[in-house]
Amino acid sequence: MTGTQLRTTVGTDTEFQPRLPLRRKVGAVFGALTVVAMAIGLLTLAALIVDVVRDGWTVLSWDFIRSFPSRRPSEAGIRSALIGTVYIMVLVAIIAFPLGVSAAVYLEEFAPKNRLTSFIELNISNLAAVPSIVYGLLGLGIFVRALTLGPSLIAGALTLILLILPIIIIAGREALRAVPPSIREAGYALGASRWQTVRMFVLPVAMPGILTGTILALSRAIGETAPLITIGALTYIAFTPKSLLDPFTVLPIQIYNWVSRPQPAFHQLAAGGIIILLAMLLTFNGLAIVLRARLQRQIRD
Amino acid sequence: MTAPTTEHRHIVVPPGSVALRIENLSVWYAAYQAIRDISMVIPERSITAIIGPSGCGKSTLLRALNRLHDTTPGARVEGHVWRNGVDLYAPTTDPVWVRRHIGMIFQRPNPFPKSIFENVAFGLRVNGYRGTVVERVEQALRAAALWDEVKDKLHTSALALSGGQQQRLCIARALAVKPEILLMDEPCSALDPVATMRIEDLMRELAKSYTIVIVTHNMQQASRVSDYTAFMLAGEDRIGELIEYAPTREIFLRPRDRRTEDYITGRIG
Amino acid sequence: MAMDSAPEAAYTSTTAHLAAVAERQERIRRTLEGGLAQDRRRRVREGVITSSLFLAAAISVLTTAGIIYTLGIETFHFFQRVSIVDFLTDTQWTPLFTEKHFGIAPLAVATLLVSSIAMLVSLPLGLLAAIGLAEYLPLRLARVIKPILEILAGVPTVVYGYFALLFVTPLLQRFIPNLQVFNALSAGLVMGIMILPLVASLSQDAMLAVPQSLREAAYALGATKLEVVWRVILPASLSGIVASFILAVSRAVGETMIVVIAMGNTPRLSFNPLEQMQAMTAYIVQVSLGDTPHGTLEYQTIFAVGATLFLITMVLNLLSFRLLRRFREIYQ
Repeated sequence: MTGTQLRTTVGTDTEFQPRLPLRRKVGAVFGALTVVAMAIGLLTLAALIVDVVRDGWTVLSWDFIRSFPSRRPSEAGIRSALIGTVYIMVLVAIIAFPLGVSAAVYLEEFAPKNRLTSFIELNISNLAAVPSIVYGLLGLGIFVRALTLGPSLIAGALTLILLILPIIIIAGREALRAVPPSIREAGYALGASRWQTVRMFVLPVAMPGILTGTILALSRAIGETAPLITIGALTYIAFTPKSLLDPFTVLPIQIYNWVSRPQPAFHQLAAGGIIILLAMLLTFNGLAIVLRARLQRQIRD
Repeated sequence: MTAPTTEHRHIVVPPGSVALRIENLSVWYAAYQAIRDISMVIPERSITAIIGPSGCGKSTLLRALNRLHDTTPGARVEGHVWRNGVDLYAPTTDPVWVRRHIGMIFQRPNPFPKSIFENVAFGLRVNGYRGTVVERVEQALRAAALWDEVKDKLHTSALALSGGQQQRLCIARALAVKPEILLMDEPCSALDPVATMRIEDLMRELAKSYTIVIVTHNMQQASRVSDYTAFMLAGEDRIGELIEYAPTREIFLRPRDRRTEDYITGRIG
Repeated sequence: MAMDSAPEAAYTSTTAHLAAVAERQERIRRTLEGGLAQDRRRRVREGVITSSLFLAAAISVLTTAGIIYTLGIETFHFFQRVSIVDFLTDTQWTPLFTEKHFGIAPLAVATLLVSSIAMLVSLPLGLLAAIGLAEYLPLRLARVIKPILEILAGVPTVVYGYFALLFVTPLLQRFIPNLQVFNALSAGLVMGIMILPLVASLSQDAMLAVPQSLREAAYALGATKLEVVWRVILPASLSGIVASFILAVSRAVGETMIVVIAMGNTPRLSFNPLEQMQAMTAYIVQVSLGDTPHGTLEYQTIFAVGATLFLITMVLNLLSFRLLRRFREIYQ
């Protein structure tokens, strides 16, 4: 073991057979594979968008948005579905947001570290991963039957609220956790109580993150189909709901209705509806990205 | 304020016993330069200590010697490190090959979450060891003065060892692949005095057959174990530079540069 | 106090002095009491706020209770009329026909088959993508690609159903002529792509949690990037990666619209992915689309199927969380 010379050629290494060129090659192949895996995901996304736009852009028109669905494809539109989606979205947002933020604030800022708290936390994580159709069955059993709300707008909204609450809570807690402790200490140093500190110092800083999470949760709600079908939302509806207790439909259900018909003309309508739905989601996600960027800038400053 | 004079930064090494020749080495992390224009010669089979206050770039310099900066995103190295006529930073030099011959011990013991045996065998397996792995693992553990403590529990988790044992395991792991040079980045900073003493004894033993470069913020340690000492300091622009380099006795007894003297006597850092 | 004593000494009359002292004591008393009252008010308000925040958090517990109650009570009624042995062993599922059979097997096998196909796609691709994002791609590129990949997870499932039925199936039929219009293969492949970002994102998080010092230790021993990934990072983050896999399985089992649209609605026991079959979730949707009166056996079947689904996914979720917790404990 005397200081052997660092050799200039790999092959003369007697005790070791490092086979560097081979290892380099295998490494490069593997690196390429990881790129291929990502490319498959990205290409599928591209194929999906191209396919939908190619199928659906011909049906896009002002009439398509303004008309009720119809048995005749040429006259059919998404009016009732679009209005239903907007109603549901507003209802879900105004109820789920305060509830979700309150729960997140409680768990992150107030909750004692005990068994009840960790049970609630585990429970929320589990709920976030429960299949959405199970929420449909919950809504059917509780809201539609037990509370006799029927397959109404409010029953649908309540079902989706329960579905996205865990997502809002988890995102809200992450946003609150990202608030540096110095901000809380500043509040306490001024003699503010816990709640005052949270309301005046912590929440404003965490708000962009909370809003981002809420928007992403809302876009999940907008795209949901199965739980609303399960509570009995109609798939064909030629009027707009006038009250919270009226029956309703939403865009994804309308799309499903058209996809499940055999005639290609209805498939085009489905593609048209998908374009509108994706455009809405894209707007939402764009909003979330802007908020996230603002949040990151704020933290850096 | 005297301009730094280069004669303070050279040691005399016979031509045949140069382990590394560092030439005009500079390192950047993204846009921020960490060390500037460092040139020095590391003599073979000796211990060279690099000392200096925090942030003077001593670890940065050390990590440049086995091209570890290649694994850090955004880091960039300029200059050359020569070993027997081979430039470690030449485009044709494979960093993997460099690291296989220049081992490194880190500030905090970092054993893999595997068994003691598998930790030492790791380098043997990736580098295609032709001999018997079991024997080589035992040799390495003996060389790191750890064998007697772990021979009965080779297949238990390395994370169950004490901090000092973990660090000696990391030394064994590095020795197993038969490097020629060992880089040690403050190897005792996370250890208690007893464990520190054992590692220092081990270093003196290893210096008989290895070239060791050690970064330390502990001047007593540098004076206890090293043959040569380099003093680094970051100037007003916060870029680390080599200030003085000499045999250890000289640098501690007769520092030539005023800043070295200030540091050694505790006036800066 | 020392400042006050000087003017006080100037008082010649003790009565004036006493009056001043009394007045000051009175002032202190009033301030203190006012402060206490304010303090009490504040404490009450804090208590009310804390309680209402707690109630919001408790809604989640009520939700779980509601799910268990709703599914439980209807499933209980169901098993009063159908034996649990038939449910688990009968190989036919025909509650909507005159000759009724209540074997969950055809639905369960369909769900298992389509989920397996999805896993065969999403596990290797998701893990590879995670390795690429965490270890291979430059940080900047990874920051651009990850959110684009995550769009895949945000696309509504009804859109994936459309894509599977009207794009993937016709495409596959060019190579597999006997592929039916409704089939498990297309549904599974598309579901796999949908779940890919979930696996990639969670696995990447697990890999990034492995301390940098372990990477450096391996590099310093002369390992290549692939060896660092394969021999150090993957073993060290294994429990986190497995947790992401399990969560992905849970997601696939509960997925609804893709299988409703692209896999068919005929409950038949088949292991052939080229044929149509009905998943558990698809059955629930099929019954919901009809007008099923409350209290009928048909109505109860969807709760029995839903309870099965809930149990499977809950076990998977809890398993995943347990693994994740153990993983976090190692690196903290």
